[in-house]
Amino acid sequence: MPREPMIELKGLRKSFGDQVLYDGLDLQVFPGETLVIMGGSGSGKSTLLRILMGHLPYDEGSVLIHSHELQDFSRRELNAWRLIVGVLFQTGALFNSMSLRENLALPVREHTDLPEELIQIMIKIYLQLVGLRESIDRMPSELSGGMKKRGGLARALMMQPRMLFYDEPTAGLDPVSSAQIAQLILDLKKKMDVTSIVITHDMKAAFEVADRMALLAGKRFHLIGTPEEFRTSKDPLVRQFVDGLLEGPLSPQSDQQAYEADLLHRDTD
Amino acid sequence: MKAGRNLRKAPMRQTIELIGEFGILLRDSVAAIGPSLFRGRGSRLSWRNLWLQMNRIGIDSLPIVILVMASIGAILAMQMAPELAKFGMVPVTAEVVALATFREMGPLVSAVVLTGFGGSAIAAEIGTMVVGEEIEALEAHAIDPVRFLVVPRLLACIVMMVCLTVVGDLAAIAGGMLIGGMFLHLNPVQFYEHAVKLLTVGDFVTGLIKAAVFGLEISIIACFLGLKVRGGAQGVGINTSRTVVMTIVALIITDLFFTTIFFYLGV
Ligand SMILES: Nc1ncnc2c1ncn2[C@@H]1O[C@H](COP(=O)(O)OP(=O)(O)OP(=O)(O)O)[C@@H](O)[C@H]1O
Ligand SMILES: [Mg+2]
Repeated sequence: MPREPMIELKGLRKSFGDQVLYDGLDLQVFPGETLVIMGGSGSGKSTLLRILMGHLPYDEGSVLIHSHELQDFSRRELNAWRLIVGVLFQTGALFNSMSLRENLALPVREHTDLPEELIQIMIKIYLQLVGLRESIDRMPSELSGGMKKRGGLARALMMQPRMLFYDEPTAGLDPVSSAQIAQLILDLKKKMDVTSIVITHDMKAAFEVADRMALLAGKRFHLIGTPEEFRTSKDPLVRQFVDGLLEGPLSPQSDQQAYEADLLHRDTD
Repeated sequence: MKAGRNLRKAPMRQTIELIGEFGILLRDSVAAIGPSLFRGRGSRLSWRNLWLQMNRIGIDSLPIVILVMASIGAILAMQMAPELAKFGMVPVTAEVVALATFREMGPLVSAVVLTGFGGSAIAAEIGTMVVGEEIEALEAHAIDPVRFLVVPRLLACIVMMVCLTVVGDLAAIAGGMLIGGMFLHLNPVQFYEHAVKLLTVGDFVTGLIKAAVFGLEISIIACFLGLKVRGGAQGVGINTSRTVVMTIVALIITDLFFTTIFFYLGV
């Protein structure tokens, strides 16, 4: 069955000033799948999510949402798109001036006329789901990093999104919470048929949740494939990343000379 | 660092871009006021939020405005009385105090105090939200930061400026009365009668128009520089102090502009 991709990147290029982050990104995200995106720190994974949410412009190429160019969206279309996507930011991005309860209530109050009692029930359900029900009236400053992240996930779920972007959902969580979040991602896919993009370095979680995986390296997607393909790939770069090896193409050996020159140069200043 | 380099590269272009962005924010915010007051879900103003902002901005400023304006009333009275006494016109002191206060000192001093309390707080708060990805989180939930953050602060500043100015005006008259009673043999009733004799509705209204415009100015500069914060806690600090300085400069220039217009119109 030929499937229509929900999101499609074609030859995407993005740079910050002189720094070219990627050049020629191609990717398709299909309805109902969970796509895991991996890549080294600073390779531009969070930036990719920002582009997909319409927060950042891109230089070249296209980002197609249901075959419509994201950069051409009107304000109204962009808001409609943002409403069907839930985002978990890398830091959780809770509103610091509001309690957890208010954080979760805000989007629902803003966009629906649901009665307050119902909103309160939803808040408790979603907080229970991420294991934060006891902290409902705490302020974000009174939560740990991992708790903030789980709070951010609960908030993203409040609007019943059809699509979810997770930026490192399990980073900074203990193994048990981490497993719970991985299970939650699977459940959401199974029960609510959400499409997900998951950014993660956590290989265990990645292989648990992924239908497909993509590895971002060297300004483009080095490999896009099934978890099986990633497990069995002989590509040294893939092996190094998946197995966490010290030696390999990702190690900055080529930098060594520049580093030495830099040190010596600084010394003579 | 980076901004500094860019600034050296093309200062003219940078400045024009900045003014352009400021203009867009101003336009968008003013355009969002109407819908936020009268329309429903998705664009409505949070009244609770507005109330919160007014409290936060206004309550802190109130005692300071009263103290400063009462002192200014007293100072003006003491400065003017000896000069006027030479011509045997001591009671005119009341008129001078009232006129200077209502037309000039009331709005200006209230605005400076509100810049210190409200403007800096707004810039710091919004700047911190930028740093914490909160603005992006708002946008990700299809909540327009201009409507949600800027409009309530803008309305709060305008309303509080007008209120503070009225209170400040009265405090200055009270300060003048005190000096009048203590040193000038003018009892409060006489002082009041003289104060209102020369005063027209125009004096009062021009003062309040100024106050409202100052309120708009304070809030929009603070919101703009808050939203422009880049690069962590340091950026928040830089733009907060920048807010205070730039707002005060802008206030004085606007004041000059207004006074010139009123001067020509003869109001
Ligand atoms: N607004 C910006 N202005 C300039 N450079 C930026 C900006 N945002 C990100 N960058 C740069 O882009 C690169 C990628 O950043 P990004 O946050 O997307 O990385 P990441 O892959 O999410 O890394 P991590 O795994 O550490 O979260 C970094 O080198 C960063 O310095
Ligand atoms: Mg990141």
